[in-house]
Amino acid sequence: MKYFEYMGKSLFKEYGIPVPDGAVAETPDEAAEITKKLGSAVIKSQILTGGRGKAGGVKFADSPEEAGKAAEELLGQEIKGYKVERVLVEEKLNIEKELYLAITIDSTKKSPVLIASTKGGMDIEEVPEEYIVKKNIDVLTGMEPFVIREIVSELGFDFKAETSKQFMKIVSKLYQAFRALDAELMEINPLVIADGQVIAADAKVTIDDCARYRQKDLPYVEEKTVIEKKAAELGLAYVELEGDIAVMANGAGMSMATLDILQYYGGKPANFLDAGGGAGSETMARAIELLLEKKPRVIFINIFGGITRCDDVANAITQVLGQQKIEIPVVIRLVGTNEEEGRRILEAQSLSAYNLMHEAAQKAVELARK
Amino acid sequence: MAIYVDGDTQVLVQGITGKQGSFHAGQMLAYGTKVVAGVSPGKGGQKVHDIPVYDTVQAACAEHSIHASIIFVPAAFAKDAALEAFHSGIKLVAVITEHIPVHDAMEIMAQAKIHGATVVGPNTYGLVSSGLCKIGIMPNNFFKPGKIGVVARSGTLSYEIVGNLLEAGYGTSTVVGLGGDRIVGLSFVDVLQEFEKDAETEAIVMVGEIGGNAEEEAAEFIKSSMDTPVVAYLAGKSAPEGKRMGHAGAIIERGKGTFASKESALKNAGVPVADLPFEVPKLLEEILTGRRGK
Repeated sequence: MKYFEYMGKSLFKEYGIPVPDGAVAETPDEAAEITKKLGSAVIKSQILTGGRGKAGGVKFADSPEEAGKAAEELLGQEIKGYKVERVLVEEKLNIEKELYLAITIDSTKKSPVLIASTKGGMDIEEVPEEYIVKKNIDVLTGMEPFVIREIVSELGFDFKAETSKQFMKIVSKLYQAFRALDAELMEINPLVIADGQVIAADAKVTIDDCARYRQKDLPYVEEKTVIEKKAAELGLAYVELEGDIAVMANGAGMSMATLDILQYYGGKPANFLDAGGGAGSETMARAIELLLEKKPRVIFINIFGGITRCDDVANAITQVLGQQKIEIPVVIRLVGTNEEEGRRILEAQSLSAYNLMHEAAQKAVELARK
Repeated sequence: MAIYVDGDTQVLVQGITGKQGSFHAGQMLAYGTKVVAGVSPGKGGQKVHDIPVYDTVQAACAEHSIHASIIFVPAAFAKDAALEAFHSGIKLVAVITEHIPVHDAMEIMAQAKIHGATVVGPNTYGLVSSGLCKIGIMPNNFFKPGKIGVVARSGTLSYEIVGNLLEAGYGTSTVVGLGGDRIVGLSFVDVLQEFEKDAETEAIVMVGEIGGNAEEEAAEFIKSSMDTPVVAYLAGKSAPEGKRMGHAGAIIERGKGTFASKESALKNAGVPVADLPFEVPKLLEEILTGRRGK
């Protein structure tokens, strides 16, 4: 789950990482009011994607009136596909230097990794390798002081400088927050030096969805479409796509391969739906109902049972067909665990299932074209 | 021959009294796996499919010689279960559980390293040395002995591939599911290395997907250090950028881990890449015929 900048900054503040003075506004009046206290201000669109500065999502104001006007222009605008519902109004900083600091997860080394650079402010992927310090952190011991000293040394900072001491504190606190909040990413770009103070001028925070059960105090941010949300409530992964063949498969890889094969034969999948992970027949029945909501031309169910059982799938299908009249064709491919039982259940309702994935996919594409 | 597990491997099931644990303990027994004990805190003394249940892994290990464990406990307790297995000296642990917090997964891997244990998963279907030992949740009837090694990130997709192989007359030596999460124990390279050492594995099928850079690393390894031929299939060609397709592994971000980069890395390493799952046997046939002709 990605957080808006203002939410990330309020978490930083809680953990003792300095952030600029400011507050979030939902109306131009609020933005003007906040600016009264700040003098001059930066008005930043709150959207869940980067690159908003270049896209015109950040404005400057020297008076409350100007701030109101800037907020009015930004609020309601669409930037990079995201609608701006809030702006963050902050003090203007006297920036001397921009740094980059982030902690994320390194899949290869299987540990947290700290990434820092003296070339902050731009996309980290555009910064030359020699300006980047990467440090894997032992998850069992944590961000030990010696590790922080190594980072400071590799960055070429002066150990005696006041700003270096502040930087070291921020590294330690950022790691604390990263671990305590089950974060997947905590990124400060830029981390600025302004008037001798090191301050997080931006905040990108992503929290692990799997840890929500133990992070109950954290806010929830909705990034999903209506149908995606309903699927999430069922515990299923769903992604909306553009096409007309509704797809239910099991397993993320299999679901992706199902989309690939439909496209290969010239079909257009309407969605990605992974009904795997041992979902029962009740959940699957509701998943099929969900697919119908988008009014596809064909439904394609592609199941290779493992932990998912074919009889559960068959029961789900017959349950939905028994409850409502479905006027579009349903193409079923069903093999794997409890396959015979599943086929028997389908046959009792005069339904049949394919054995081979590509034959079933070809049929689904053919029916969608009719 | 096979890798990681064989006919002598004695297996413990953690979470054996749960719905999945008990069902799959039965399936593993039916496959011929030596499931010798189960653990479920508070259920010690019970039996599941005639398998004795203990309250702790320590208690189970006191009564049985256990080589491997399979974990079915819910995500919130999975880290604890894995650490319990390591502390009792179990050296191979397959974690079936999905949705484990990634911070827990990192701790599991760090502890495994200290204890010298190998972790398969999390969010895996497990591993099977065909005809000898299945530690996982895959459907029994598709895993018949043969000479093809299979290593995959995704579960169901490997059943599909293994099913296609079987249809074409190819059995499997060992099939390993790495798991779909961002942090998993075994990598493609780890498993390829084992297959390379296994005299009975004639060729390997690698099933990858978009996201991360595990396939690219595997390509490097194949190019530099492997003699056994490898054939690949990659899922996610049609996936739109920036969308998370189910598991954390399957996401393309900022142009990294794309289908194109993986496909070209593999082809560059001499690995044929199938467009569709059912084309894998044909590519295998070609590469094996080419080899034999030499």
